[in-house]
Amino acid sequence: MKKDVKKVVVLGSGALKIGEAGEFDYSGSQALKALKEEGVKTVLINPNIATVQTSEKIADKIYFLPVTPDFVEEVIKKENPDGILLAFGGQTALNCGIQLFEQGILEKYNVEVLGTPIQAIIDTEDREIFANKLGEIDVKTPVSIAVTSIDDAVKAAGEIGYPIIVRAAYTLGGMGSGFCSNKEELISRAENAFSYSNQILVEESLKGWKEVEYEVVRDAYNNCITVCNMENFDPLGIHTGESIVVAPSQTLSNTEYHKLRELAIKIIRHVGIVGECNVQYALDPNSEDYRVIEVNARLSRSSALASKATGYPLAFVAAKLGLGYGLHHLTNSVTKSTPAFFEPALDYIVCKIPRWDLNKFTGVSKQIGSSMKSVGEIMAIGRTFEEAIQKGLRMVGQGMHGFVANQPLKNKNINEELAEPTDQRIFAISEALQADYTVEEIHDLTKIDKWFLEKLKNISDHKKVLESHNSLEALPNEDLRAAKKMGYSDFQLARLVLKAASEEMEEELLKVRQHRKAQGVVPIVKQIDTMAGEFPAQINYLYLTYSGSEHDIDYEKDGQSVIVLGSGAYRIGSSVEFDWCSVNALNTVNEQKYRSVMINYNPETVSTDYDICDRLYFDELTLERVMDIIDLEIPKGVIVSVGGQIPNNLAMKLHRRDVPVLGTSPVDIDRAENRQKFSSLLDDIGVDQPRWSELTSIEDIFTFVDEVGFPVLVRPSYVLSGAAMNVVSNKDELEHFLRLAANVSKQFPVVVSEFIEQAKEIEVDAVAKDGELVAYAISEHIEFAGVHSGDATIVFPPQKLYVETIRRVKKIARQIAKGLNISGPFNMQLLAKDNDIKVIECNLRASRSFPFVSKVLKVNLIDIATRVMLGLPVEKPRKNLFDLDYVGIKAPQFSFARLQKADPVLGVDMSSTGEVGCIGENYYDAVLQSMLAVGYRIPEKNILISSGPARSKLELLNSARMLKERGYNLFATSGTHKFFAENDVETTLLHWPDENKQPNAVDYIREKKIDLVINIPKNLTKNELRNGYQIRRDAIDFNIPLLTNARLASAFIYAFCKLDKKDISIKSWDEY
Amino acid sequence: MPELKKIKLVLEDGTVFEGKSFGYHKSVAGEVVFNTAMTGYPESLTDPSYEGQILVSTYPLIGNYGVPKDDKENGIPKFYESDRVHISGLIISDYSFEYSHWNAKNSLREWLIQNQVPGIFDIDTRALTKILREKGSMLGKIEVEGESIEFHDPNQDNLVAKVSVKEKVTYGNGKNKVVLVDTGAKNNILRCLLKRDTTVIRVPWNYDFTQEEYDGIMLSNGPGDPQMCKETIGNIQKAMEIGKPIFGICLGNQLLGIASGAKTFKLKYGHRAHNHPVIKAGTDTCYITSQNHGFAIDSESLSSDWEPLFYNINDKTNEGIKHKTKPFFSTQFHPEASSGPTDTEFLFDQFIELIEKHR
Repeated sequence: MKKDVKKVVVLGSGALKIGEAGEFDYSGSQALKALKEEGVKTVLINPNIATVQTSEKIADKIYFLPVTPDFVEEVIKKENPDGILLAFGGQTALNCGIQLFEQGILEKYNVEVLGTPIQAIIDTEDREIFANKLGEIDVKTPVSIAVTSIDDAVKAAGEIGYPIIVRAAYTLGGMGSGFCSNKEELISRAENAFSYSNQILVEESLKGWKEVEYEVVRDAYNNCITVCNMENFDPLGIHTGESIVVAPSQTLSNTEYHKLRELAIKIIRHVGIVGECNVQYALDPNSEDYRVIEVNARLSRSSALASKATGYPLAFVAAKLGLGYGLHHLTNSVTKSTPAFFEPALDYIVCKIPRWDLNKFTGVSKQIGSSMKSVGEIMAIGRTFEEAIQKGLRMVGQGMHGFVANQPLKNKNINEELAEPTDQRIFAISEALQADYTVEEIHDLTKIDKWFLEKLKNISDHKKVLESHNSLEALPNEDLRAAKKMGYSDFQLARLVLKAASEEMEEELLKVRQHRKAQGVVPIVKQIDTMAGEFPAQINYLYLTYSGSEHDIDYEKDGQSVIVLGSGAYRIGSSVEFDWCSVNALNTVNEQKYRSVMINYNPETVSTDYDICDRLYFDELTLERVMDIIDLEIPKGVIVSVGGQIPNNLAMKLHRRDVPVLGTSPVDIDRAENRQKFSSLLDDIGVDQPRWSELTSIEDIFTFVDEVGFPVLVRPSYVLSGAAMNVVSNKDELEHFLRLAANVSKQFPVVVSEFIEQAKEIEVDAVAKDGELVAYAISEHIEFAGVHSGDATIVFPPQKLYVETIRRVKKIARQIAKGLNISGPFNMQLLAKDNDIKVIECNLRASRSFPFVSKVLKVNLIDIATRVMLGLPVEKPRKNLFDLDYVGIKAPQFSFARLQKADPVLGVDMSSTGEVGCIGENYYDAVLQSMLAVGYRIPEKNILISSGPARSKLELLNSARMLKERGYNLFATSGTHKFFAENDVETTLLHWPDENKQPNAVDYIREKKIDLVINIPKNLTKNELRNGYQIRRDAIDFNIPLLTNARLASAFIYAFCKLDKKDISIKSWDEY
Repeated sequence: MPELKKIKLVLEDGTVFEGKSFGYHKSVAGEVVFNTAMTGYPESLTDPSYEGQILVSTYPLIGNYGVPKDDKENGIPKFYESDRVHISGLIISDYSFEYSHWNAKNSLREWLIQNQVPGIFDIDTRALTKILREKGSMLGKIEVEGESIEFHDPNQDNLVAKVSVKEKVTYGNGKNKVVLVDTGAKNNILRCLLKRDTTVIRVPWNYDFTQEEYDGIMLSNGPGDPQMCKETIGNIQKAMEIGKPIFGICLGNQLLGIASGAKTFKLKYGHRAHNHPVIKAGTDTCYITSQNHGFAIDSESLSSDWEPLFYNINDKTNEGIKHKTKPFFSTQFHPEASSGPTDTEFLFDQFIELIEKHR
């Protein structure tokens, strides 16, 4: 039955990126848990230090190393495992596994691939083999022609007929894919796709067909189940990662459902998968005709969603199947009495909605299509579609209150928006319905199934009913109940019935709350039990609904519950690190024997795994829903400081409702959040900060700037378009920015602060108790201040700070902890220039860097913080940053390749989608590991440098010399060429893109003659922007590593010049 | 949305659920059972095995894809499991007044009204299901205002007689002659046979089919307590003497069991779902099956010539039996599916193989 394996290597997915995000932390954690339960030793390779899977007690050995064949080989050599799992780390792990296999490394070290055989993986990855394979069992796939040249692509498209779709083989989440309706579009699309893969596919377009997915499991005994099916709200043509998705399918008849299910099982058997796979179908909306679009022979985003949607732990089961178990040998972890061989029956509907952050990027196209751009997702659970989608639209956290009662869309052409969807499509449907478009008309434009549109129409129809009343007393209970069943929030009711204005909202929505509670209109708690109530389940996986009359669980109301508020949808700036913080807070709550209660709705997380806490409410983090849960739990208190900004923003509101907020008082949190209050506190304790002012007119802004001088950082409170924040260096830029991007008025003041150039940025992550500093970590950025701390490369312990600086930073942390009477986690950012130190930001919550510093320091700051918040005594850790004889570096991961046309340049607003953290023997060791882990490659031969402003030219001069000594060929654009020549560094001149002269930088990039591009943006003049943009964008589009910061470029160059790749330490976390 | 009348469900134990009426507005009584399937309401509602039962759908959103056309093929409805709706009443949480499907002809509401079957929505079907799970299937009644009704146990009736064909009907013109003993047969059993080169002679439940010329016997599914079908059991015993292949499904499985000397018993709340796992006895081979039954064979009571063929992995109850030497076998689950998973349709192939072998 069980295979004789003693030690298994598990490959992780590395940094979070678009198309490969937190879901693989969940999958990997589950797999590791399954192996541990079987007594198998686990070795995890994953440089993503912020994940839960790279935590103590989850894997036996953890290597924070890049998931690439060379590093994995070194680990295998050292660890001597007998098995490897490739299916739990996304496409990164799968691709790495295929390479390990093809290079004969697995065979050489006698490592068995557990689960799906590698050949089956290869069969599903190569579309031609895959289509042939399915052809053998008469399963239909789209007509698809694989080509390796542009000419053949054009020929293939001619055969199939336009429109066609182009896809690059072996890529993540549809990278390089897209629809083409004519030859020109095809050529440009194909050129781009060839930069990712040497094979592309030209396929028939099935635009408008339904998209349906099945999650299928097979064991070594050939037993198969489909755990879940899911239907995309958006028809084919929009990547499933970009679609709203419901589970189970809603518009499929029994024969359609089971026809596709039968095919899925036929496919998994024929391919020979052992474990889990995902089958994606296109289904004709007018017949039962279908095509198989894709099979993923691994755990995927969809499988994580399916696990959360059903309660069936796919990754956990898949790992066990890899060890040789049959599905019938394993137990359903929910009922604990029935087997894992069954198919979950749902008695609710889930709705997944993607979260985009396209506003964070300049130049990016907002249209959504066949390649993925979203950075996160949410899952909403309800007993009506209306309830689930309205919950979901709030959960996404883009300032919307549901399907209706939102601010109107700005400058939108509804027809265009419906026909050519952007991230705003669902709201365009809302506006269309309110503008009396018929369902038929909307269907014609969107091809969305009319069932979904009718349901949305129910919501919009009910809006009219609600608006027809002007007071709660006048609102019939029947209409109130109907509204709640359709997922209307108290906020929406306040806006529609009470006509409440935004400023008085908090008060008004509480009136609604009071009223409905008085009328007995309260939500009901239901379990997700995998069996639709058929068997008793001791499960605490819960959601709230208004379609119910009886709670599934009994409440103790003993004051022993501790509620931890999670982080919501992953987004730029808030991602897996807050999941780590939440999970660790729960662990501590569990250890202390309190009842741990989690509220979160992100299906990609470990914190929404029902066995991590005593009760999981997979529900909204709105004041309304949190209060609903508090009313039921009557908790000891609520922890708001480990889930990022969403819970932090609730602190004061909960406090005003007399909810015990554990840790730092919300009043003090507010003192840190409020700019004025914080400023006066700093003045009181004598801590410096950059001069700033909140201004309400253009004249005042200029007066202030005259006083502090350029550059300044401008932060509008209401953004018209483009970046929310910007650094401007002169009057023209300031005028330009204010005119284009911001609205300045009394209602929308602008905060302008002095911007200090050439300053070092320092982070403090710390925990205090009753105002006394308990534990702290000080780290430094490699980049100078001006790069958002989430995009900066961070070194811990700091290597280049004066001891004096560290001492003073610590002192400031102490003063602030005292000044704000902090009890719990906090984070500060400071500037240091010479020995002048200024505070730029302070948050009384855990920060993005908590897992990184906790793991490098090997002191779990969240555990300490949680103990503090629970009121327990804590000891100061006996270790501090001066004791470490190794270096940790946290480096950002960008996803510009997916964001077509976005300018891949860093600024004061964050644009990275993930990060890694690596540990090395020394600074360069850590730099090299972390840079390789986020996808940089050590250049072979040719490097192009456009070194930007004089300062960075100087910064890069020594690096350039070093590169020359190492025999690299340097290419440079005119200014850099001239400057380097004057300093005796010989470079080959490449002309700027707009110069139309040969040799041209653009040609060199497109012909892939360059191995590394260093392009430092100079200033905001149009010409510079255009030329620089062209080079940067081409580097991204042609998949050439790009560096845009001179300090980081130098660090990387020094690292690979001083250290050979083979000298990188292969050491596990516990060996440091 | 039309104006909706109030309607309530009253359970034997006194529990009352109030909801809104969306079907034919009248009072009915029956046995309340729940089904956890997420698709297939047109198939379930026309399944004769549900005769006399008030069906609770645990899946909350119902009516989404309407009800299909009533096209006929080979003399039977193409998309229904019989000629009419058999349930006594339907209980759901959220009804879709607007449906969407290329193959739909009617809304579920229109169809229920045509068939004079009441429907209730807007009640907590999960809470109701939990009551049925804890206390077992129980009698219940749907009551509309001003029309009271007594509880009635349909298991006391001869439901089979109600749903069976009244006289012999022959379908198809295939090589193998199969007698289908109609104790409430689902049309998909017929379809599964007809696509395997058969002539199907469908006979009433109490018809002495041993007089017919046949190659094999198919014992169909059907409603109620198997002990009601004494005449059928007698005929099966005669057929066992003859020795030609017999394949039983659901009620047919129970009747074959009883005919062989085994005992049946009533399950606490039955198996009505699309996700029931069964394992083939003595193997590691498992199937997901469609189920709809309230009674089961007691494996312990099997005579020495018989052995269990399948078990339910959830509750270990018997899911099929076979004769140790003769070509007789049966399943408690539904290999014909419709609605539900199609994993076990191969059993029809095995039946045909047996027929060919024994001809």
